[in-house]
Amino acid sequence: MMDEDDPMAEIRASFFVECEELLEALQDGLQIMDDGEADDETINVVFRAVHSIKGGAGAFGLEDLVRFAHQFESVLDGVRSGSIEADRNAISVFFQSGDILGDLVRAARDDDVADDGRIQGVMSSLTAMLGGDAQEEEAEEDVSDFQPMGLSLDLGLDIGGNDAPALPDLPDLGATPPPAPTPVFEDGYTIHFLPDSSLYASGNEPLHLLRLLREMGDLDVTCDTSALPSLSALDEEKSYLSWTIHLTTDEDEDAVRDVFDFVADLCTLTITGPGKPGPELPPTNPPSSPSTINDDAAPDVSFKPSQNLDTSPKSTVALKSGGVPDTKTAVPPITSSAPAKKPAPSASRSNKPRPTVRVDLERIDRLVNLVGELVINQAMISQSVTEAGLQANSAVSEGLDEFMQLTRDIQDSVMMIRAQPVKSLFQRMSRIVREASSMVGKSVRLKTEGDATEIDKTVIERLADPLTHMIRNAVDHGIESPQDRLAAGKPEEGIVTLSAGHRSGRVIVEVVDDGAGINRQRVLQIAVEKGLIPENAELTDNEIDNLLFMPGFSTASEVSDLSGRGVGMDVVKSAILALGGRVTIQSNPGSGTIFTISLPLTLAVLDGMVINVANQTLVVPLSTITETLTLLGPDIRALGPQTNVIKVRDSFVPLLDLGFELGFRAPLDSYVGSIALLIAQEDGDHAALIVDSIQDQRQVVIKGLQDTFGQVPGVAAATILGDGKIALILDPVDVVANADGRTQPVQSNLQLAG
Amino acid sequence: MTETQNQTDSSEIELLTFQVGGQEYAIDIMSVREIRGWSKATPLPHAPNFVRGVINLRGTVLTIVDLADRLGMGRTDTKERNVIIVVHTGIETVGLLVDAVSDILAVNKSELQPPPEMAADNEQAFVSALMIAGERMVRILALSAALPSENTEAA
Repeated sequence: MMDEDDPMAEIRASFFVECEELLEALQDGLQIMDDGEADDETINVVFRAVHSIKGGAGAFGLEDLVRFAHQFESVLDGVRSGSIEADRNAISVFFQSGDILGDLVRAARDDDVADDGRIQGVMSSLTAMLGGDAQEEEAEEDVSDFQPMGLSLDLGLDIGGNDAPALPDLPDLGATPPPAPTPVFEDGYTIHFLPDSSLYASGNEPLHLLRLLREMGDLDVTCDTSALPSLSALDEEKSYLSWTIHLTTDEDEDAVRDVFDFVADLCTLTITGPGKPGPELPPTNPPSSPSTINDDAAPDVSFKPSQNLDTSPKSTVALKSGGVPDTKTAVPPITSSAPAKKPAPSASRSNKPRPTVRVDLERIDRLVNLVGELVINQAMISQSVTEAGLQANSAVSEGLDEFMQLTRDIQDSVMMIRAQPVKSLFQRMSRIVREASSMVGKSVRLKTEGDATEIDKTVIERLADPLTHMIRNAVDHGIESPQDRLAAGKPEEGIVTLSAGHRSGRVIVEVVDDGAGINRQRVLQIAVEKGLIPENAELTDNEIDNLLFMPGFSTASEVSDLSGRGVGMDVVKSAILALGGRVTIQSNPGSGTIFTISLPLTLAVLDGMVINVANQTLVVPLSTITETLTLLGPDIRALGPQTNVIKVRDSFVPLLDLGFELGFRAPLDSYVGSIALLIAQEDGDHAALIVDSIQDQRQVVIKGLQDTFGQVPGVAAATILGDGKIALILDPVDVVANADGRTQPVQSNLQLAG
Repeated sequence: MTETQNQTDSSEIELLTFQVGGQEYAIDIMSVREIRGWSKATPLPHAPNFVRGVINLRGTVLTIVDLADRLGMGRTDTKERNVIIVVHTGIETVGLLVDAVSDILAVNKSELQPPPEMAADNEQAFVSALMIAGERMVRILALSAALPSENTEAA
């Protein structure tokens, strides 16, 4: 893509990485807004994210991105100032805008082209929001005769967070001007500042200058709006306003002049030094109704009564939290308003992220591999020590114990580096829900729980596709149409809940919809029609549900362009199986469907029990074993001619011979005295697996099996033992699920499975 | 043929020849990673017969394919003398269990003859070319066909 040696390419790359983070922050913020828990800071965060992307994009000349981000930013600015209401529709547009922003960023990164039609669509929604707002204001302005009005601006600059009151030059209209306070200035500077039109044209902003001055000392600003023509005669490109500023400061005149350095050619500027009263103090001229900009946090007392006297409620414009003046309310200056067009100064106000280091994933992988080798090596040493017949309390053995502990700590730490919260994945899903629901004309909301649950990065990446599919399915097939929902007495808006959490050493991800549940009748009918099952098959509810996972199954009676693409849940299932995970369905007619994905925590190590069966050494993940037991004669009960169950306390558990199930041997004659591992399944059922002996319990490094032969049933992965041999890591639940179940020898022609 | 063979622009190629089930086969030496002695493989349950299992190759799991079995000449009776040729197909690395490694031949590509079409012989699909070396006939193994990932009929 880009030349690696190009320093620009590097900066560009880091910009895009940053963009991803900003987009995430944006999504977060929008989600909070959507949940109705937003405060001022939330919208600031959202605004800043968009603004930063725009800024960076500008630096790299990514014009599409800048244009869109700008529009988005303008609307958000409106929201911040309160002129645009962030209602449900608006937030939905914001979400879409966020998606498009993401698209544009990715398009720019990959030199790709983003979907223009969609962008235009959202762009016009944004424009409409802006436009509507502008019209509103205009209408209000029209109703009143023009008359220059008092304009109370509060710069409340003690907080750096909010946006600039973009238009301090918007006068308010149609009211009697209040008597202007006449400030007395013993010392300080009097500055008269009349910007040329070119000052605005070149993108300068008087407010920023005023703010700079404010940093130098006490400031009292009056705005002279006398030059404003009537609205009909107003040329929006022209400059009509001038300011008279009284600055009390210790700085010398040069410093004050420096503030105007950049605009010196673009304005008429008079600065009068301390002691000399300003030559043209507007307060002496009440009809010109100077606006007072109070630097002080406290409301201007002299000004307040005048507001009460105002005949029109719109007589005073108070800039609240920046943005467009709120023409409706006359409010004394609010101290917390904090204008700043640049987000930079406000960064300190956001929740401080903990310092992080960005590391190439390859380096971490290497570290993980090395630690894996270390674990194997340690196992080898342990074995040698044992074989050498050293005593358990010898110095070597004790040292080795500590070594083992250390190895484990290192391993855990390394794994933690790889673990990432599922949040980013879930955020992607919320987009899927938005797109999918709008495509099928349903109103669906995604709720996420357990965003902070950490899973191995590789798992997260490989989970994205199956999860996308499941979410689409939930929206398309799970949630009913709005009419059906209303008819069923449910709220029109469907809810898809995506949750993650840890459960007994595995990560459980659930996709829950509150739809109609699986229509088993229909599923059965389709399966029969498609020849997936024989016509008269008797299936349990659970089995019917699982038909969804069969290849070539699609339930939507009409193929929608959303999820009916012929590839179905079977793809989802195999993708999850490939991750060492499992997926189960639980459906309640009328109230929804729950898809549960259970995943291993990591793809790198696990705690396992090393066992022997049929002369093979195998590893069983410890997390799947609930207990081990030695079978006694009375425990074993025959069930039918070929199968046995064992009695564990008060329940009966199917007995499976691991050696036979793996195709290593024929069922034994008797299992009395055998060792059984009690395996817990996802649905809570148990099964007993017969093994020949238990060797050890230890941490093993997971080595992937090449997928040369596809998924090996019952085998999750492999590991290397202390003697250098490979042992297979079992997936006992899979073994049980695919079990033949025969535990009684057959007298006739015996056929080994496999 | 394998990618590496296509990349060889010169008309000379080097072939590693080896014995499988009494027949002499060859593969492009560029696809050979290493040759090692036989060590007992861990069997994979439910795997096709010609897959002998997996071994530990310095920390990675290497699948071992019994080439004789794969070519339809019966399961190799493994002895100390057997050899595993570790080959890389461009997609994956696999170990081929063979009887013995014989020789390295430098041959001109023009010496390679296409195999005659003989439908009866299932094994024939695995031979991409024939060659005469002295009195012997050497079969050039079509690696990608012999390895199961490329060939879904394997299972």
